[in-house]
Amino acid sequence: MTDAAIAATAEEPVINIQSMHKWYGEFHVLKDIDLSVDKGEVLVICGPSGSGKSTLIRCINRLEEYQKGLITVDGIALNNDVKNIDAIRREVGMVFQSFNLFPHLTVLQNLTLAPIWVRKTPKKEAEEAAMYFLERVKIPEQAEKYPGQLSGGQQQRVAIARSLCMRPKIMLFDEPTSALDPEMIKEVLDTMIELAHEGMTMLCVTHEMGFARTVANRVLFMDGGEIIEQNEPEEFFLNPQSERTKLFLSQILSH
Amino acid sequence: MAEQSQGTAVVETGPPVMSHGILGWLRANLFNSIPNMIISVVLLALLLWIFIGMVNWLFLDAVWGERDPQTGALSADACRAAGGFCYAFIREKMRLILFGTYPSAEQLRPFLAVILFVSLILVSCNRNAWKPWLGVAWVAALVVLWILMSGGVLGLSYVPNTNWGGLPLTLMLSVIGLVFAFPLSIVLALGRTSDLPAAKMICVGFIELVRGVPLITVLFMASVMFPLFLPTGITIDKLLRAQVAIILFAAAYLAEVVRGGLQAIPTGQYEAADSLGLGYWQKMRLIILPQALKISIPPIVNTFIGFFKDTSLVIIIGLFDLLGTAKAALTDPAWRGFYKESYLFIAVLYFCFCFFMSKYSQHLEKRLNTSHRR
Repeated sequence: MTDAAIAATAEEPVINIQSMHKWYGEFHVLKDIDLSVDKGEVLVICGPSGSGKSTLIRCINRLEEYQKGLITVDGIALNNDVKNIDAIRREVGMVFQSFNLFPHLTVLQNLTLAPIWVRKTPKKEAEEAAMYFLERVKIPEQAEKYPGQLSGGQQQRVAIARSLCMRPKIMLFDEPTSALDPEMIKEVLDTMIELAHEGMTMLCVTHEMGFARTVANRVLFMDGGEIIEQNEPEEFFLNPQSERTKLFLSQILSH
Repeated sequence: MAEQSQGTAVVETGPPVMSHGILGWLRANLFNSIPNMIISVVLLALLLWIFIGMVNWLFLDAVWGERDPQTGALSADACRAAGGFCYAFIREKMRLILFGTYPSAEQLRPFLAVILFVSLILVSCNRNAWKPWLGVAWVAALVVLWILMSGGVLGLSYVPNTNWGGLPLTLMLSVIGLVFAFPLSIVLALGRTSDLPAAKMICVGFIELVRGVPLITVLFMASVMFPLFLPTGITIDKLLRAQVAIILFAAAYLAEVVRGGLQAIPTGQYEAADSLGLGYWQKMRLIILPQALKISIPPIVNTFIGFFKDTSLVIIIGLFDLLGTAKAALTDPAWRGFYKESYLFIAVLYFCFCFFMSKYSQHLEKRLNTSHRR
């Protein structure tokens, strides 16, 4: 533990990223990222495509490796130790742009699979928990269907419920509404807003600025692999500091 | 028929008589222009000619054969005179073709072995039977099979496996070959796609080496060269060597088929499994392989069918599988020349097994398809 981390807050941040760098081959995709996220904080990450925002949150559960610096999640150092990686993945849920439900399993099986095999929860208990979370995302009647039979919005809500079944401490959202038809975006956002109100620690890569205004504690703007600026939503939208942020906001808020 | 719907004057009638039914279809597809009419007539005449020829050969001119009242033997003379299909030949040589040189007094044993094999396969085809006990059943069945064929215990007389042949041998080589090759191929495919350099290198090396040589060469090496490397006094059974050669060969081919399936699975599936904390083997067993194997069913069955027939290559190292016994049946001087009967008979047998595999794979694909079931 470095001095900086200890000095930061009395309570340990749940995610702590210190001067982290990542390269794809020669391409420097993340540059000197410093970020700490407190428990219960909702963070919205935005920025133009290719800015490294997805890569950043994918580093947090080790879907991507980083080459320099250190990420600590819930007090566990994310390094090459497989045990640490598994421990972190158990605590961090992730929702993908393309849902990534398992098409050969029913909705209920999608939800109970990880609790049964990873958490070793008894099947009956896992199914009860799964039904509870399906109620929460308001589609309990779809439990016996296959993902291919659901609409995009329903699939994404199942994906959120699937992550929640592992009782994660942190949820990562990687553009969860970008693959959805406009009328389905709301149902997914509502689920996420509810989750935020319950105190879940969330990192959301999204362009839904309404969502950012409603529930985010902090909005982070990335460009070219760097964090350009971060601020509370009010300040961020009303009073952006850098030129790049201003340009980006004018582009995405103009329509 | 003609009914008036409310408010409108639309009269509902059936489609015009000549546009539907068999007549309509014939008119629309076969006789819709002068050139088409000519082609259709010529082809229909040709089909009729072939059909009549086949009926004549297989039934009208065929000889069932009569047993000599004194000796009880069948004779080839009537067949030679008639020129039709010689059922007498099949009756006379059936035992030899199906069971090879297995002692005729013990014929029931290979017969039971075939029944055991076929029922085991049928049971395994049922998805409800895909439980751990099925594996136990297979091992038990193989032991029973070995005792049945080989004997020497339980009061069964010993029959050396040089006397095994025909259908039991073909089924043994192909079914056991594929049953063992399939899991091995999955391991090889996973090894080849894995991140571990050593595992990857071994699997790639094995697959490329085996695929690079003809099956006949592998069989030859197994039967001729391999014993030279063994210390004197130690021998490994020829049949076993051929069986192992077939397993390894089929595994290399199947591994590439399975790898194709693995590569067709979107990375999102891997990432979703990873992000849920599943370990490598859990991820593969629960998420990736069920999907990969499902989409690989057509090429897997293709390989299965190919290998089922390729087992006939063991004739080259002196094992008498179905093709071997069919050829052996033709060497009898009294029955020389009935090639068509002999080969047609085993062709029908091969076709039954291959057609079953093909139909079963189609059925399985339908049953396992969850992607578009709305």
